[in-house]
Amino acid sequence: MSHDHDHDNELDPFAARVRALETILTQKGLIDPAAIDVIVDTYETKVGPRNGARVVARAWSDPAYADWLKRDATAAIASLGYTGRQGEHMQAVFNTEETHNLVVCTLCSCYPWSVLGLPPVWYKAPPYRSRAVIDPRGVLEEFGLTLPKDKKIRVWDSTTELRYLVVPMRPKGTEGWSEEQLADLVSRDAMIGTALAKQPE
Amino acid sequence: MSRHEAKLPDGFEDPVFAEPWQAEAFAMTVALHDKGLFSWSEWADALSGEVKKPDAASDGHDYYEHWLVALEKLLSAKGVAGKGEVDALAAAWERAAHATPHGKPILLENDPGLGR
Repeated sequence: MSHDHDHDNELDPFAARVRALETILTQKGLIDPAAIDVIVDTYETKVGPRNGARVVARAWSDPAYADWLKRDATAAIASLGYTGRQGEHMQAVFNTEETHNLVVCTLCSCYPWSVLGLPPVWYKAPPYRSRAVIDPRGVLEEFGLTLPKDKKIRVWDSTTELRYLVVPMRPKGTEGWSEEQLADLVSRDAMIGTALAKQPE
Repeated sequence: MSRHEAKLPDGFEDPVFAEPWQAEAFAMTVALHDKGLFSWSEWADALSGEVKKPDAASDGHDYYEHWLVALEKLLSAKGVAGKGEVDALAAAWERAAHATPHGKPILLENDPGLGR
């Protein structure tokens, strides 16, 4: 190898440490590189907030399903094919005229992966994790969501065992819509509680 | 609000992973949990210990750096991979990358320090 390194590759220190761990773990038979690729692909492309939006749309359309979701969200969500891989339980929290729900994880970044995919950067960042509990109204205003003063805000702190899905209120003017149309009104942020469901055009 | 660093970060629609190594570190953790090496609450405690440190960036850009440190510490505590071993192998990977012409896959065998 010559000393002309102009076109050589470089690994930054974090990437190099990850490679080192992969090497050790593969040699010890603890991971399979092909399985790692599958996990990355799943979380980058297959699991995302569309899953949660389908759960919400079903609950809006089918009162029996909504009731099941209230009583046993883990089972009701699993019935649509979305199951968590950390053995966590799910709880669905329903927004009402009186109460708005907001989800945070003050511990680290527990999040309902199976229905929302991986959390956005702000969810994992210290300001949201600390301020969502102390000043939820102020946090929501920074997201552009100003709630009426008399509306209560309930904050749910996720744990490794229990994670929350906010079911926003169904927008008016959507009577007779299909579940597919309804799901398009449900954003990721609406299911964390930092937004409402979109209004029909 | 008086504390500037308490602002919420921008970039609401950032991609899930900023760099490939972040995705790999994430996926290794999921795979090791699947394998039963640790429980998810053990993992959350390890991660929480890192992300709660006062030097954690308020915009969260260093989240996966904390993730990686947490994973290394947990693997070291479990006797799976010690820090010295990871340090040495990471250095070998960096040398191998440097010695690999652009466009060619980086292989550990390309480390010019191999076998010395």
